[in-house]
Amino acid sequence: MPEVQIRKRLISIEEIFHEGGPVAHMPLRRAAALAVIHNPFAGKYVENISGFMDDLKPLGVEMANALVAALGGDVKTVEGYGKGAIVGSAGELEHGALWHVPGGYAMREVLGGAKAIVASTKKVGGPGTRLDVPVTHINASYVRSHFDAMEIGISDAPRADELLLALVMTTGARVHARVGGLKASDIKGEDGLR
Amino acid sequence: MSAKIRKIATFLEETRIEMGRTVDPPVRRAVAVAVIENPFAGKYVEDLSELMAIGEELGELLTRRAVNALAVDPTTVESYGKAAAVGENGELEHAAAVLHPKLGAPVRKLLGKGAALIPSSKKRGGMGVALDIPLGHKDAAFVRSHFDGMEVRINDAPRANEIMVAIAVTDSGRPLPRVGGLTKEQIKGEDGLR
Repeated sequence: MPEVQIRKRLISIEEIFHEGGPVAHMPLRRAAALAVIHNPFAGKYVENISGFMDDLKPLGVEMANALVAALGGDVKTVEGYGKGAIVGSAGELEHGALWHVPGGYAMREVLGGAKAIVASTKKVGGPGTRLDVPVTHINASYVRSHFDAMEIGISDAPRADELLLALVMTTGARVHARVGGLKASDIKGEDGLR
Repeated sequence: MSAKIRKIATFLEETRIEMGRTVDPPVRRAVAVAVIENPFAGKYVEDLSELMAIGEELGELLTRRAVNALAVDPTTVESYGKAAAVGENGELEHAAAVLHPKLGAPVRKLLGKGAALIPSSKKRGGMGVALDIPLGHKDAAFVRSHFDGMEVRINDAPRANEIMVAIAVTDSGRPLPRVGGLTKEQIKGEDGLR
């Protein structure tokens, strides 16, 4: 399988103090790691693409580690995660799906065995396309306070023959979470759901 | 009175390949953005000194954040720029009050020098508006390889009563500069121009 060629990387960190209500004691932090890579399958239909998932694994681990570092370096502070991909116009949506395994498993591994499925989304789009990456609790998908999303994008990516790959981690609940549901403190943590 | 900050976001962008060519070392740009309450939203106020003081405070805070994102010695920063977007209930002059009278001094203090004008842009806009921050060499505005720009946006800012303030710093110029002009090696650094 082809080697991973990175054109550009971007790390963004948001620190949210309030959203019109009381100022949080600890601001909510969200971080996104983005990588713009060459799409080796752009411009043609290739039947057998799945081997590229293995090639992406080191990149996934590198990005997951970069996110933990961006959030202060302690994996225990990470409570939510998500992932996404934008496929340039000469690619197909299926190429974005290649990111599921290397992106998701990298975050679980780096976070020490997070149990919940990693929320994800993907689309095909031109340079500057924005993607709302869904975020859920790392150990229990039903934790309502942690349902969140982070908008990401890069003005000059993805080009037609590129893939923009994204991982997102957050440090907690929405800043003014107050609509009930399963609380993070009530997680059983057995099935990744509750 | 100090700034009422709702949110701070930082972005670190690293370009490794441009038009198929490896950029070694990669060019790196960082921007820090604060979303603050506009104390003068919705009314005409003659004296804008409160926003000028906020500019001084943000000059230090945002430069520190952006330099930390680059993870370099502040004195090695090569180019810089600043910009502000005022929400719909504010005036363009509010952006000017933050950016121009007092913001520059703490930036230059942190970077050790900064003989050149800090390039700037401003606009009024709704949430998600894109700021194109102009960039120029910090000691000599005519260094052509460092004429650049960096786009930044935050999907939920600025709200009508907010101002989004951004400071960008780099450790390099464009990825593959080849249009001539003054080079950084030729800088005299006396007048801020050459």
